Amino acid sequence: MALQGRVKVLVPCGSLGSGVRESEIEYGLAQGANVIATDAGSTDSGAAYLALGKSKNNRGAVKRDLGILLRAHAKTGIPVIVGTAGQAGGDLNVDWTRDILVELTRELGISPKVALLYSEQDKARIKAFNRQGKVRPLPPLGPLEDSAVDSCEHIVGLMGVEPFVAALEAGADVIIGGRATDTAVLASYPIWKGAPWGASWHAGKIAECGAQCCLNPADGSGVLLTIDEHGFEVEPLSTSNRCTPHSVSKHMLYENSDPHYLHEPGGILDVTGASYAQLGERAVRVQGAKWAAQPYTMKLEGAAAGNYQTLMLVGIQDPDVLNDVNTFHDRLLAALYERTRKSIPAEELGEFHISLRMYGWNAVSGDVPVNVPPPREIGVLLVATASTQELANAIAHACNPYFFHYPMVMNKELPSYGFAFSPADVPRGQVFEFKLNHVVATDDPLSLVRTAWLDSDDNAIAA
Amino acid sequence: MPKLREVCHHIRSKVAGPFWVTVDLFFDGEEKYRKYRDCEELSAELFHRLYGVDPALVKRIPVDSLHVVKISFPRATPQGGMVERDMHSGQQYVRLLDIELNN
Repeated sequence: MALQGRVKVLVPCGSLGSGVRESEIEYGLAQGANVIATDAGSTDSGAAYLALGKSKNNRGAVKRDLGILLRAHAKTGIPVIVGTAGQAGGDLNVDWTRDILVELTRELGISPKVALLYSEQDKARIKAFNRQGKVRPLPPLGPLEDSAVDSCEHIVGLMGVEPFVAALEAGADVIIGGRATDTAVLASYPIWKGAPWGASWHAGKIAECGAQCCLNPADGSGVLLTIDEHGFEVEPLSTSNRCTPHSVSKHMLYENSDPHYLHEPGGILDVTGASYAQLGERAVRVQGAKWAAQPYTMKLEGAAAGNYQTLMLVGIQDPDVLNDVNTFHDRLLAALYERTRKSIPAEELGEFHISLRMYGWNAVSGDVPVNVPPPREIGVLLVATASTQELANAIAHACNPYFFHYPMVMNKELPSYGFAFSPADVPRGQVFEFKLNHVVATDDPLSLVRTAWLDSDDNAIAA
Repeated sequence: MPKLREVCHHIRSKVAGPFWVTVDLFFDGEEKYRKYRDCEELSAELFHRLYGVDPALVKRIPVDSLHVVKISFPRATPQGGMVERDMHSGQQYVRLLDIELNN
């Protein structure tokens, strides 16, 4: 189906829960928006949110934002599309968002047709695909091992536009999508309406972080995309803000290893021929992106939960320590290992790890500073890692006296370093890591996605 | 010899997915961009030395329209892992600031 006229996508924010502004929604609706679309998370903050099925944004903030979008839908009838629900897009994250949605529809007294797209993957199925040669690694990882799959708490496949298009085709008013590429969430509606794939995907990439592509990213939350048969336009939803060719094209660099080619499910977006031109005071017109269809793949994300950690933090102003921070670090660390081994029987202790991060000195870099004078004070963070929380806590307890009093000069009176709180140790839970950087080939873009619909009693029912 | 920070108006770093870091060097004008875009000092070897990454995996991509050189490389340690020091890799650009460029 060829595009009839223009399609306007209201992108209210960079991530649902980050603060949608009602005045911006009103502006976008007044401009004739055809759809509201936003993602609700990403991998940037680490694997914990997928592993735990938790959102980084708090429930109240997500409910507030989603409520504003649902009221806009109730007023105008235009669809609302959310992708990567609940920060990570796993089934638990989707269901968390679904429950907020149900609460809102009851409060608002509305009953939109709601599609839930689940893209969490079964481990046995992924291993079977792997045996069939359908799973391919992306650098820097190697071939997929079954043990990596088994180590994951949850595995999701990143959806392209197709599951969203199918839900729209089936009449969805609201779509709560699991893990999808940020771009796909925004590109799906225009593609459903027959807009060119190159322009739709490119527009999706530019607007994925909302107002980040504007001259002043702090002035406002969202942008309006207008896609036509030759390209697209982007303008801030905040009328005091502007887009410029530089602010828009610059966004192709953001959190992206290659600014010219974007690998998406089912193809590659090529923006090497794209041009950006100022349109009036506030908008930018973009043309020239191409879409090259490829054999269909979905990227996999898998989050594993590992060992447990306990933290302790002291502040040190002691001149003896600051006179030679590196030596102090090495001596203290050796003393802490020795003390731990003496305090806890080896068979009980198992494999463990202690690290000291010298904040103010080299905690972030890890490098030993050269020709840099010591600061007035440093913060020393002790991180004890072990197979259980109890053991990590026990290591911290064993280390506590040395961490509190370990002297730089042995024949002086023992110093006492500056603890900030009591108890001194902070159990912080598990370490979480992403284990997969692989794609799975599938002929059918819908075959790894399950769609459910909410019935009139707000129960999810299979399609 | 100028330092990288003296020929760029902005330098930033960020994760590009859980396994990659990307650094954007915004050169200060077209002249400096042309002069240093292909300079030898910003070699894969430098990134190996500074960040411990396999030089073969370092990607260097000039973006002429923005006067930007983008350099992407795999993370040396897993994001959020046991010895994580910079979850979002947002501070990794700092050690590039004083790299000296041959005139």
